[in-house]
Amino acid sequence: MAVKNKKLNLKDKYQYLTRDMAWEPSYQKKEDIFPDEQFEGIKITDWSQWEDPFRLTMDAYWKYQAEKEKKLYAIFDAFAQNNGHQNISDARYVNALKLFLTGVSPLEHAAFQGYAKVGRQFSGAGARVACQMQAIDELRHSQTQQHAMSHYNKHFNGLHDAAYMHDRVWFLSVPKSFFDDARSAGPFEFLTAISFSFEYVLTNLLFVPFMSGAAYNGDMATVTFGFSAQSDEARHMTLGLEVIKFILEQHEDNVPIVQRWIDKWFWRGFRLLSLVSMMMDYMLPNKVMSWAEAWEVYYEQNGGALFKDLERYGIRPPKYQDVANDAKHHLSHQLWTTFYQYSQATNFHTWIPEKEEMDWMSEKYPETFDKYYRPRYEYLAKEAAAGRRFYNNTLPQLCQVCQVPTLFTEMGAPTKLSHRQLVHEGERYHFCSEACCDIFKDEPEKYVQAWLPVHQIYQGNCEGADVETVVQKYYHINIGEDNFEYIGSPDHKHWLSIKGQKPADQSKDAA
Amino acid sequence: MTIEIKTNSVEPIRQTYGHIARRFGDKPATRYQEASYDLEAKTNFHYRPQWDPDYELNDERRTAIRMEDWYAVTDPRQFYYGAYVGNRAKMQEAAETSYGFCDKRNLLTRLPEETRTMLLRLLVPLRHLELGANMNNSKIAGEATATTVSQMHIYQAMDRLGIGQYLSRIALMIDGTTGAGLDESKGYWMDDALWQPMRKLVEDTLVVQDWFELTLIQNVLMDGLLFPLVYEKMDQWWEEQGAEDVSMLTEFMRDWYKDSQRWTNAMVKVVAGESEANLQQLQTWADQWEPEIYNALKPLAEASVGVEALDEVRAQLATRLKKFGLNTQGVSA
Repeated sequence: MAVKNKKLNLKDKYQYLTRDMAWEPSYQKKEDIFPDEQFEGIKITDWSQWEDPFRLTMDAYWKYQAEKEKKLYAIFDAFAQNNGHQNISDARYVNALKLFLTGVSPLEHAAFQGYAKVGRQFSGAGARVACQMQAIDELRHSQTQQHAMSHYNKHFNGLHDAAYMHDRVWFLSVPKSFFDDARSAGPFEFLTAISFSFEYVLTNLLFVPFMSGAAYNGDMATVTFGFSAQSDEARHMTLGLEVIKFILEQHEDNVPIVQRWIDKWFWRGFRLLSLVSMMMDYMLPNKVMSWAEAWEVYYEQNGGALFKDLERYGIRPPKYQDVANDAKHHLSHQLWTTFYQYSQATNFHTWIPEKEEMDWMSEKYPETFDKYYRPRYEYLAKEAAAGRRFYNNTLPQLCQVCQVPTLFTEMGAPTKLSHRQLVHEGERYHFCSEACCDIFKDEPEKYVQAWLPVHQIYQGNCEGADVETVVQKYYHINIGEDNFEYIGSPDHKHWLSIKGQKPADQSKDAA
Repeated sequence: MTIEIKTNSVEPIRQTYGHIARRFGDKPATRYQEASYDLEAKTNFHYRPQWDPDYELNDERRTAIRMEDWYAVTDPRQFYYGAYVGNRAKMQEAAETSYGFCDKRNLLTRLPEETRTMLLRLLVPLRHLELGANMNNSKIAGEATATTVSQMHIYQAMDRLGIGQYLSRIALMIDGTTGAGLDESKGYWMDDALWQPMRKLVEDTLVVQDWFELTLIQNVLMDGLLFPLVYEKMDQWWEEQGAEDVSMLTEFMRDWYKDSQRWTNAMVKVVAGESEANLQQLQTWADQWEPEIYNALKPLAEASVGVEALDEVRAQLATRLKKFGLNTQGVSA
């Protein structure tokens, strides 16, 4: 044995326990073993420069994670045994869970698949191992979310077929296309999209609204999941930052590619989070903070500091961040008024905010709420009171890229609809914004493939020509249970009976 | 006498999720069921993968194996994430005790230099093979379509990383945590004639495209010869070399292999039993790979327990596969 007396430090020891198990192949060509590493144009000159974002050997991983799981499942069991769903702030809160289980949980599973894939694609073993750990973590989140919501599903509607709905329901093509976009990209773009742009830059805007929302609304199961997942998320965030720094430090030619990806994925993430904005401001009976406040703290301040830090690599803030910053005053209101009209085709309920809630919004959105949005709710409330609860019976125009209905307004012109269109190879495509249109122009061959739910209905690919058939048969939304207005819904009646506000048959849990 | 606590019983409106009820009926579901069935996206994919535009994301055609329903392949251990880490945490606790004991009593460092070198040459290089197994299983986890199948492979991937790390720690114990033992051992993997057929085999598996072919090669055929040879036959042999303490450090691998056979057997049984075409395909792959694996292990057997031991192991694998209708060589041994 060669003489070597110095004991390894922790960093070197971890490298011996991970990347040193790899070797330079000589029987097969490296590019055949790692065929997907080149085509995006990212240049990696030296994988040994990769800094492990965390040092966790498998024995420690099993031990810590098992301890976390034990505690988590003890709470789930206690929650179910004591019918914890009866202790939430209000049944309207459960609609946030419906959005989460159908919109977010399937993404956790897609993340598991995506990270397992990149956990094989990179020739750098350090990066592979970090990605694999995230893969199994994401599987954990996908599964523990099923278990956390399982009890709610037994007592409320709209949670009963999440993955099935995720593949089909119109607004769920927003999160689905987001993740399909990342997974169908190369490994470096996938990590820039998910690890950096989403996990590092925007994750607090997903995590805080849902998990703090759970805490504020007495949802012990979900908030316990949130706490339990926190240390996983911390690891995922450090991976996100390491990835971006590593790619940028490897070669200057990588900078413009990464900048384009940051521009794209910031915007796609922002559009995806518009669903969260309405959940945060409208679906939480006990509010945590407003979307505008969350955006200021988690994007404008934290993101601002981050992009200042990345300046030295030649990276500037995302191209359309000004539009996103301006939109914080409008986003949640525009989304909720849209979903209010389309409740017949969603697995969750909508409602007119109560008076105190509207006052809260006036306070949180002093420039915009009273001026633009309160009058709409007052009008809609009047219509509903007169027995004309408004549902929009036409199908919306969806954006070809983000797949949100083209409902947004122009920056600085809150009554002017934002809409772009262009003709590509003889076909006309529609967009919600300049940013989405830009994304299309960069990769038209990708975005022409988009599975747009409204187009698909009109083309007869969704088991029916009318909304009712599509909703019932194709979406598996139970009409009269999962959808429509909250007031008077089975969930609402059920909640009143739990709270003893209306005499009801004690032995039956639902209407 | 029991104490009765009065609780407010609440009747649920449904017992489980719709996708679980469609398979098992609307009755209380197990945690394994709710965590494992029909969670992945199945249809309406938006974009073709740039890294493989011939197929969709989650495309069942990425393997030549055809299943009416991939969820027919399930895990007899009923491992979802929580059950998996719980089980492995217990296994690692036992391993930690052994490693700690060995380290404290200097059980490896007091071995003769010659025996230590043999450990670095004949056992520790398998850490590289484990990393290959880790990569292959991660690929499979990323491409298999049903969660019951993909989750078993990500557990397998992480297990292999863990086993590689345990093997590495044997060298670190020998070299006093300087890394010199690992460097030496890696040299054998790279250049020693004994390892070259095996290193070639591992590199060959890294370019296999079909993920089911890969799980058959890696988790059934290769493990099926390697684990009994290295961790059972050679275990006795180490004892004869005066290195019986090594046995404590490979207990994890023996337990692990026993555990992994439960799901690999179940998987092969279901897939081979699905159709004659599947069985034929598996047979073709077995015909191609099993002899190569055997040959790649031969130098290791020759340098330690002898080829007869490898032949015995080969016969055991043949008997095991025979139950699923697969024929491999070695029945005569």
